[in-house]
Amino acid sequence: MTFMSGHGGSMFARRFHAEGENYICFHVLISRKQFFFGGREKIGMGQVLINGMYSGVQYSLIALGLTLIFSLMNVMNFAHGQLYVLGGFVTYYVYGVLGLPFPAALLGAAATLAVVGVLFDVLLFRRVLARSARDESTMLLACGSALLLDSLFIIFFGEKQRGVPPVVGGVLRIGEGIFLPYGRVLIVVLSVVLIVAFILFMAHTRWGRGLRAMAQDRDAARLMGVNVARYSMLGWMIASVLAGLAGAMLVSVSGVNSGIGTWISIKAFIMVMIGGAGAIPGAIIGGLVLGMLESLGAQYMSGSQYLAIFVALIVFLAIRPRGLLGRQ
Amino acid sequence: MTRNRKMMIAVAAVLFYVVGVPWLCAGRNYYLGVVTTASVLAVICAGVWLIFYIGRINIGQGAFALAGGYAAAIAVSKWGLSFWIAMPFAGLASMAIGILIGLPLLRLKGVYFSMITLSLTETARLAAQSLKSITNGPNGILNIPLPRDLSIFGITVIPDFATVDKHLALFYLGAVLLVVTYAALYRIVNSRLGWLFRSLQQNEDLASSFGVNVPMLRVIAFAICTFLAGVGGAFFVAMQQSIYPATFAVQDSTYFMLYCFIGGLSFVFGPLIGTFILYMGFEVLQGFKEYQPLLYALLMIGVMLWLPNGLLSLRPPKFLSAKMPSRPASGGDV
Repeated sequence: MTFMSGHGGSMFARRFHAEGENYICFHVLISRKQFFFGGREKIGMGQVLINGMYSGVQYSLIALGLTLIFSLMNVMNFAHGQLYVLGGFVTYYVYGVLGLPFPAALLGAAATLAVVGVLFDVLLFRRVLARSARDESTMLLACGSALLLDSLFIIFFGEKQRGVPPVVGGVLRIGEGIFLPYGRVLIVVLSVVLIVAFILFMAHTRWGRGLRAMAQDRDAARLMGVNVARYSMLGWMIASVLAGLAGAMLVSVSGVNSGIGTWISIKAFIMVMIGGAGAIPGAIIGGLVLGMLESLGAQYMSGSQYLAIFVALIVFLAIRPRGLLGRQ
Repeated sequence: MTRNRKMMIAVAAVLFYVVGVPWLCAGRNYYLGVVTTASVLAVICAGVWLIFYIGRINIGQGAFALAGGYAAAIAVSKWGLSFWIAMPFAGLASMAIGILIGLPLLRLKGVYFSMITLSLTETARLAAQSLKSITNGPNGILNIPLPRDLSIFGITVIPDFATVDKHLALFYLGAVLLVVTYAALYRIVNSRLGWLFRSLQQNEDLASSFGVNVPMLRVIAFAICTFLAGVGGAFFVAMQQSIYPATFAVQDSTYFMLYCFIGGLSFVFGPLIGTFILYMGFEVLQGFKEYQPLLYALLMIGVMLWLPNGLLSLRPPKFLSAKMPSRPASGGDV
């Protein structure tokens, strides 16, 4: 790595090794449990689907925030995965290090991310959006912010993989060879509650109506008396909190390390591209589809499943450029 | 400025580069290596710049460099081909991937293209890790031989790198790549194709209403871009004699954008200047190496906020600027 050492490479090379282990344990976690109970090949179709659901629900939560920002501001937030990582680290410190109860950690993560979301809007994106008519400049800004958060994580949190003790112990066994650890069940339930709450908020509250109006037509919304500046702040806040909470919950299952942010962003992009950018049901469907594909891929083509998913995505986009439910 | 003076400045710069730099760095192989690396990074960057030039953002140049690197490494160490065949082969292999991806995706909105290219960098790394039979997995391909001699009709055109000063030989290879790339880029930008590219950047709908084949031109630009990445990747394989899945990561793809950006997106030589200033600047500031990503990130955000057209936009020297229709300096019209 001679030339890369001057290029940030060697440092990241080491980091990516840690990361590799992490996203393997993301879905192999259950199968490893299986391993102790009697061999990996025994993992049944039921378990594969359940694993897919697990990740799918989590992923939906991540994709929702990304698609919200995109529909409100036409900004593709390349730093979304880093917000997820930040939520994970807050939980690690509040719950894992300080030993406070898990709900306190979730609240802490939500509060931190709300502040970061507002700062993103006020300090960075609002200024650049005000001066540019094209979306390229905000994409570059988002890439810069992603790099900034990544390097801050490395400096403050180091490169180590961090985990926390499980929130609840025990494994629920359904029928032959299907295992549901209670920790995972809790996270899935919480995620579903959050997703439903988000949908109800968007559909039935005054603020949600304002946000939807803004997503439809920014100028018309402004003319109808929507305070666009304040609502974009709200949008950034909600999106960041969703990403942060996803990270906060998943840290109890798969842990967190500084390097996974980009990878999470990429997964979120894939979901948004599957579901269609800017569509809320699209984000949820995209999340579930990606979760399933990963789970099936880990089972049947372990190792090269992401290459297969990526190739499938290119073919899919060639046939259906706007995703399943995308808008014009 | 007249054509003659332009030529004179260009010739003087090239002369300094191919004669002056090795003379200054004589005996200091480390610095020569830094200049060599910067030169070839600038070649890879030229591709990213060309994509900026048609109004798109390619965040996946690292993936194409990695693909080219692996293509060259496999051609040299597994098939036993000469490096002088492997290098163009690497460029073409990388270009083939670029065209396959570009044909469907460059028709879509710009943001899709950027998302896919970013995902591609990670996918390429994972593919290199998991396709063990082809790429040797996470261990990478090691002990790749240095470029051998090239003879045409019995006359040795390029000597065997193992028999001459390796550092100097690599420097001259990098120098040739750099000069040829930027001469070609300058020629492209100032040709009919350059006008067509500018029309894409300014208004695609208008351009297509005049009969410009917009998707095809985008694919052509992307093919050139990925070819450069592949050749650059092959060069680094020759230089390091090894390649790993993490040789080019997402960070590198982001840095390439930053290099273009600092140099300025409307000038052909912008990426060249951006790469040299940033890469060599950090080699000088050894102590800050740990904070390189942080400083790069702050620089990138700062430039976006305050200097959206890059360093050269402060006072663009005429001899450096391509024929660029005057555009409003506001916003991030990249």
